[in-house]
Amino acid sequence: MLILIVGCGRVGSAVAKRALDAGHQVSVLDADPLSHERLDRDQTSTWEDAGGRFTVGAALEIDGLMEAGIEQADVFLAATRGDNTNLVIAQIAQRRFHVPRVVVRVADPARAAWYAQQGLHTICPTQIAIDQASAMALNAPEV
Amino acid sequence: MYVIIVGAGKVGWNLARELIARDREVTLIEFDHDKYRTVEQELEHAVQYGDATELWVLERAGIQRADLVIAVTGDDEDNILICQVAKEKYGVQRIVARVNNPRNLQHFKLLGIQPAVSATDLILRLIEHEVPEYGLIQLLALEEEHLEIIELEVGAGSEADGKPVSAISLPEGSLIISVLRGGTGFVPKGDSVVNAGDQVMLILDPGLEAEITLQFASTGG
Repeated sequence: MLILIVGCGRVGSAVAKRALDAGHQVSVLDADPLSHERLDRDQTSTWEDAGGRFTVGAALEIDGLMEAGIEQADVFLAATRGDNTNLVIAQIAQRRFHVPRVVVRVADPARAAWYAQQGLHTICPTQIAIDQASAMALNAPEV
Repeated sequence: MYVIIVGAGKVGWNLARELIARDREVTLIEFDHDKYRTVEQELEHAVQYGDATELWVLERAGIQRADLVIAVTGDDEDNILICQVAKEKYGVQRIVARVNNPRNLQHFKLLGIQPAVSATDLILRLIEHEVPEYGLIQLLALEEEHLEIIELEVGAGSEADGKPVSAISLPEGSLIISVLRGGTGFVPKGDSVVNAGDQVMLILDPGLEAEITLQFASTGG
């Protein structure tokens, strides 16, 4: 299974490493070449040594997405720091390249909910934080 | 008519001004606070502060009753999503989006964001209009209505050269609407004769360009 991850921040890089460890093919795309450092296992072993792929490119550039393997991808994860970028590239992956499974990170809970209704698999870290913080705050033992 | 404009840069601010002058009800939304303050001095309550990619900001501006949403921020992703949400979530009938990077036009089209206006493309077309060396120039494409307006130069010795408009065999679904000659234009009648060097403007169903070009291209013989 080929997993294409766009955005090599904390989330993207951690998912990439976990997916590679689980035996999948993993390709990561990010506009910042330095973000590659997050993927290296340690000082002596690089991401490529471990079998991973990395492409430098802007998320909306089709050439970069193709070079990163979007046409062969079974899973697409949009995890850049911008909600709007994530939502646009996720829909490109879904509608233009027909990637079977498209997952998108959206920080804004309202739009995460709406786009989920439209058929995108959205993950909303903000909503998760709201739910957990509320649960912890409201279920705190009385003092 | 109620119009929401997103992005109070040069384009958005001037659009708002022009529409207000034409007695339209307008709300302009800007997310940069300094810019908002500046524009507010002139437009007062017609400008709101906020990030229009957030649904509550659009709702506060009254998107449910908007007839037209215009997204002219400097960010193509923002413009795409604002228009997509306006159209698909709130059922706004008409949208207009600005394309900052012409390479992103394909993404607007993919997601059904039409019309998408690119300043680069507009200027390119103007250049082609001023320097007509490419033969056929597309002046306007109304994609939803399936109509376009093109301009062609009448080639020397072409089928159309020297013929009255009514005698030029144009395909069904096309019409000559204007003739430009020596810097001025006129609307031709059936007996108006077109000559080599004239520019003719046609309205047509997309797809007829090749057939039409045959009538106006120099035969070379």
